[in-house]
Amino acid sequence: MDVVLLARIQFGLTIGFHYVFPPLTIGLAWMIFLYNTRYQENDNPVFLQLARFWTRIFAISFVVGVATGITMEFQFGTNWAGYSRFVGDIFGAPLAAEGVFAFFLESSFLGILLYGRKKVSPRMYWFSSLMVALGATMSAFWIVVANSWQQTPAGYKVATEMVNGVPVAKAVLTNFWEAVFNPSTLPRYFHVITAALCVGVFFILGTSAWQILKGRHKDFAMRSMRSVIVPTFGVVLLTMFVGHHHGFQVSQTQPAKLAAFEGLWETQTHAPMMLFGLPDQKNEKNDFAITIPGMVSLFIGGKFDTEVQGLKAFAPEDRPPVAASFWSFHLMFYIGMWMALVSFVGVVLWLMKKLGEHKAYLWAAALTVPLPFLANEFGWIAAEVGRQPWVVYGELRTADAISASVPGGQVLASIIMFSLIYSLLFGLWIYLLKRQFHKGPEPLEGEVA
Amino acid sequence: MEALQVAWFLILGILVVGYSILDGFDLGVGFWHLFAKKKNERSAFIHSIEPFWDGNEVWLLTAGGALFAAFPPVYATVFSGLYLAMMLVLLGLIFRAVAIEYRNKVDSPAWIRAWDFAFSLGSILPSILYGVAIGNLLRGLELNAIGDYTGGFFALLNPFALLCGLVGLAMFALHGALYLSMRLDGDIAADARRWAAKTWWILLVLLVAAVGWGGAAYLREMKAVPLGLAGLAVAELFVTRLFFAKGKKTKAFLSSSFGIALVMLAVAAALFPNMVPASNDPNLSLTVFNSSSSQLTLTAMLVIALIGMPLVLGYTWFIHHIFKDKVAVPEK
Ligand code: HDD
Ligand code: HEM
Ligand code: HEM
Repeated sequence: MDVVLLARIQFGLTIGFHYVFPPLTIGLAWMIFLYNTRYQENDNPVFLQLARFWTRIFAISFVVGVATGITMEFQFGTNWAGYSRFVGDIFGAPLAAEGVFAFFLESSFLGILLYGRKKVSPRMYWFSSLMVALGATMSAFWIVVANSWQQTPAGYKVATEMVNGVPVAKAVLTNFWEAVFNPSTLPRYFHVITAALCVGVFFILGTSAWQILKGRHKDFAMRSMRSVIVPTFGVVLLTMFVGHHHGFQVSQTQPAKLAAFEGLWETQTHAPMMLFGLPDQKNEKNDFAITIPGMVSLFIGGKFDTEVQGLKAFAPEDRPPVAASFWSFHLMFYIGMWMALVSFVGVVLWLMKKLGEHKAYLWAAALTVPLPFLANEFGWIAAEVGRQPWVVYGELRTADAISASVPGGQVLASIIMFSLIYSLLFGLWIYLLKRQFHKGPEPLEGEVA
Repeated sequence: MEALQVAWFLILGILVVGYSILDGFDLGVGFWHLFAKKKNERSAFIHSIEPFWDGNEVWLLTAGGALFAAFPPVYATVFSGLYLAMMLVLLGLIFRAVAIEYRNKVDSPAWIRAWDFAFSLGSILPSILYGVAIGNLLRGLELNAIGDYTGGFFALLNPFALLCGLVGLAMFALHGALYLSMRLDGDIAADARRWAAKTWWILLVLLVAAVGWGGAAYLREMKAVPLGLAGLAVAELFVTRLFFAKGKKTKAFLSSSFGIALVMLAVAAALFPNMVPASNDPNLSLTVFNSSSSQLTLTAMLVIALIGMPLVLGYTWFIHHIFKDKVAVPEK
């Protein structure tokens, strides 16, 4: 069996599953903070109820993120020993910083958020909910730094050392801040965070719409929907805005990737945007293409005669898999458009004080719940597949990055193990969520649940 | 540069000691979970570690990150070399985390029993494998020229490493029992005291055996320091016993923490300057001096550590301060 392929499958599988949870908990953490803040301000028990209910949902989800994150921390060493030796001088530092600055903060205050309401003052409790949200947001920062460095490496030089008579090449840090704030760090970080907020707010919006459709805990579900509709609209717009900027950065730093995202073969001005099409990598063309002329040039350069590089400008062995890059990028994009529509209609209905009344809208909101999760996954797949065949862009090829000492059979065995465990965890997570939604919030005084 | 490299060896040591002491008690609680007969007592066990376990585990994660940052070749060799063992550790840690959070969410006997089992197994497996890994490091691994492990999985299950695995289990079991006797009241606390008293003897025998065997067979250079520290660790075990016999529960727990630190320090001293000794050819060993990151990386990381570690100690103290009251055993 091809060990490189197996190792890639394993990495994609474990990180893909991990990444179901961080966006949700980052998004929920900020909403919970918002509820706690409102409760601090005006003592309205409605906000306490909101905070409590969504904290329970948060707790059930958080732990799966933690459990699957532990795998990730060691995965670079277990499966990508060659990679770890090559990048260690630069890549390890953000991972360590994430532990020191983010995970400790988050896990300590989480203890208070989940188990300490009666043990601390209301102010301290409020503060803890802020720290949990900040911790989660900071942990995303450091891991995005690590990832961005392999996308657009900076602040380093490659040196070859003799180790026991064998020449070993590795990246050596030359400037810490340049490596941390490499060209893609900030665009990626803001895009990832806003995208995570999308998951959290749509989760509250959509599951509440579902509760109303099913006639469960209607008052509470209405309050949840109302509390979240304006933030929803805001974060979707922000995500798209930041994403646009991110796309510009990709065109400057990884032109082959951008060409793959757009299915663009020829270098040209007035580069068209392909809405649909089946890229054919072998024959260097697209089938069934539907395009809007000039749009890519306009997006990238602000005018139609901006020249955009096509895939043919790169040697075939340096091109990423085009169809996978194209489709994952486009699916993210389409989901973004759809989410913008759903949140916009929601805001209009809310202004008309009819948010919970239209069945069709409730259905649309409920069915949208999985989509931001998918957009997040597709976004990462686009970013990562589009980086191929490089593991460190322009420096190290994926094939040279694996653990030479690990036999394919062991990798396969661990893939099977993780698939089984993760399916089980996913099932349990859904089951517990369902129970919580059926059970609903603690009733307010004088209200029938 | 050399001072920096040694400093990073020490910082890693601090992280590993912190992990062993802190996660040590909740892994130990997981071990005793098997022995508590009543459902409500097991609930109290979980409550006693609920606010802490994630923070405790972060010591391990940070140690992993710091190893990657400061000594990348060691990170690469150890985790790819111990591949299957590491997968088993992950299996344990995953189930354990989820068990702690999910066990009390559904009130059904089968559900609770399944998670009780997952919690115990998920605690015992890492405790043993932790010791096994240390045993293998002390013996040395078979490495090739670029530092890849070439020995195969079953070579890791040698008698000395297995003995170290048992030391690990017994050490955490004692630590966990002392923790429980400090945090709980009533019958179950009395049980915990009985467990601690018995485990103490087992640990004493195992530890002395491991120190004797390791000292005779695997010490490479400076011998006096690791042996001295190991001797102190054994002496500390008696101090723990003394506090324990006098009913000084907190002091007994702290003393056991100190004992764990001494054991880990002895291991570090036995290894130094190696991090992964090569058993086939000493020239291939990964050492503090031939496997570190560049001076710039080590310096940047030192700044991160100097800012971060006081914060971390602060959080750790704070959270233990807030949850310092005894844990009540639920009615049913
Ligand atoms: C800090 C590093 C890092 C981070 C934060 C991520 N990845 Fe990644 N990813 C890698 C580091 C990496 C890698 C280790 O560098 C891989 C392994 C092989 C490769 O080419 O890159 C990789 C490959 C890889 C692949 C396989 C691509 C291929 O082989 O064609 C997929 C599908 C993903 N990742 C998906 C994700 C998702 C869904 C993420 C969301 C969190 C993610 N990655 C974050
Ligand atoms: C390969 C890369 C990654 C590694 C090594 C990794 C590592 C980890 C680890 C070890 C944990 C558990 C921490 C604990 O015990 O408290 C964790 C949780 C978490 N990770 Fe990741 N992670 C990766 C990717 C990501 C990405 C891409 C993001 C966000 C952009 C992210 C955000 C989080 C957050 C917010 C948590 C807290 C738990 C949760 O919210 O589910 N991680 N991660
Ligand atoms: C609709 C407008 C959007 C645009 C123009 C856009 C643009 C981009 C671009 C160019 C990338 C690739 C970056 C790279 O290769 O390094 C990307 C990645 C990503 N996108 Fe989007 N995006 C949009 C919407 C969304 C939405 C709605 C979500 C999720 C809710 C999302 C989630 C992600 C994620 C998680 C990544 C991977 C991380 C990264 O590289 O930033 N995007 N996006």
